[in-house]
Amino acid sequence: MTAKILSLNVNGRDETILCDGLTTLQEVLRDQLGLLTSVKDGCTQGGCGSCSVLVDGELWLSCLAPVAALAGRAVMTLEGLKQSAGIAAIQQSFIDNSAAQCGFCTPGMILTVKALLDANPEPSHDEILEALSGNLCRCTGYLPIVEAVKDAAARLSGGADAARASEGREG
Amino acid sequence: MAKLRGTGMAAVNYPTGMHLGGDPTMALVHATSSGSFVVTLSSVELGQGLKTVLAQIAAETLGVPLEAVVVDTGDTDTGPHCSGTGASRTTHRAGNAVIAAAKEARQEMLDVAAEMLEVSADDLVTDGKGNIHVKGVVEKSLPAAEVAAAGQFVYGKSISGRGIFLPPASKQDPETGESAPYSTQAHACTVVEVEVDTETGAVRVLSLKSVYEIGRQVNPELVKGQIVGGAWMGIGHALYETTAPYYPAIDHAPYDFLNYVIPGAAEMPEVQCEILEYPSETGPYGAKGVGEMVANAPIPAIVNAINNALDVCIGEIPVTPEVVLRALEEKARADGA
Repeated sequence: MTAKILSLNVNGRDETILCDGLTTLQEVLRDQLGLLTSVKDGCTQGGCGSCSVLVDGELWLSCLAPVAALAGRAVMTLEGLKQSAGIAAIQQSFIDNSAAQCGFCTPGMILTVKALLDANPEPSHDEILEALSGNLCRCTGYLPIVEAVKDAAARLSGGADAARASEGREG
Repeated sequence: MAKLRGTGMAAVNYPTGMHLGGDPTMALVHATSSGSFVVTLSSVELGQGLKTVLAQIAAETLGVPLEAVVVDTGDTDTGPHCSGTGASRTTHRAGNAVIAAAKEARQEMLDVAAEMLEVSADDLVTDGKGNIHVKGVVEKSLPAAEVAAAGQFVYGKSISGRGIFLPPASKQDPETGESAPYSTQAHACTVVEVEVDTETGAVRVLSLKSVYEIGRQVNPELVKGQIVGGAWMGIGHALYETTAPYYPAIDHAPYDFLNYVIPGAAEMPEVQCEILEYPSETGPYGAKGVGEMVANAPIPAIVNAINNALDVCIGEIPVTPEVVLRALEEKARADGA
């Protein structure tokens, strides 16, 4: 297979990537670009959601995405989203609702929730379950995560002031 | 064809930790020059909250705030021995080891404070907020952090302690087989409601309600996390998860998350739990621990509820749709005969 050079915007920085036709976005993020390890390697076949990233704002499974098809697109991992709107409120909701135990699924969960709330700021219970259906969690039993999503939605729809207030809340 | 509902229950008595002999857990505690207290051990934090629980136990024994305790664990190259993070043993075993180590360190800390305040160490108490003062005389007080630093830099004392918990080995009576291999027992009972679709064989758990008697809860939020997570694991074991194929060839065994099916967020029922706290005599501050047992009672309770719904007697797990449909066929044959 022929190696190929392409440019990709990762977390706001233009990166030059060396890849072949089968190199996945997950491999590039974890191995080539300096340990973006919020992108987990749970199953490498799209079955667990732990490798989720945003590509131009859309939720993608990086383990199934051939990076060669992504030239010129903007990829965000949880590392790059630290300062972005809503992430701190989602993270705080996960903390306050004890929605993480071992933490392996958590980055993928948080990106899934970010993509859900960006598209649908007031999701119903069933819409939350559907959004989480591609993300496996082995510890929490999901109920705290569902609560965290509802909590995050409430914080964010309460406006920027409410979100800031809840983000500043002591844990 | 119908959707039938049933109710089932099951109970568990769970011995936390086993001591068949020679399985200690050790802990070391030392004060740093910044005034924090480091607990060193080799038990493993895997999300269950061991570091939080042991920090709480250490803070309680030392008499310092939780924020002053750092738990450094999980490196068996450098940490003192732990016989393993399993069998729900860590809160009980490591907790007792941490108490022993923290007691020794606390005594050393009070001895240094006694020299600084020119009083007897026996007259000193901690306020849990980071201060040591003379009993009944709050003004005669020193910050624990200052005492920790003075211990090292002025008095040449290492404020530290060693702890180990090694219960006596349980010998089996050769005549009766009787032995006493555990230090404490926790208890639980789970009641489950299910709905079974007799056309597809699919089972849905509608509610899962439990009562847990686990001694003193060191951290109620972590206890709740274990119980809700365990309810989910129980549903997985009861209805979905198996590595053994039902068919002769090993090729049919599941090998990934796409065919080793585990329940997702949408499969979770309403989960309720009540906690009873009957302190354990041998546990740290009365704790028994809550670990593996959280997945124990839900499994038979779910199977019992299915049997109740269908008036059958399924005795295997997981109760997949195929198992349900076979049981219904067998019942129809038996009823027809």
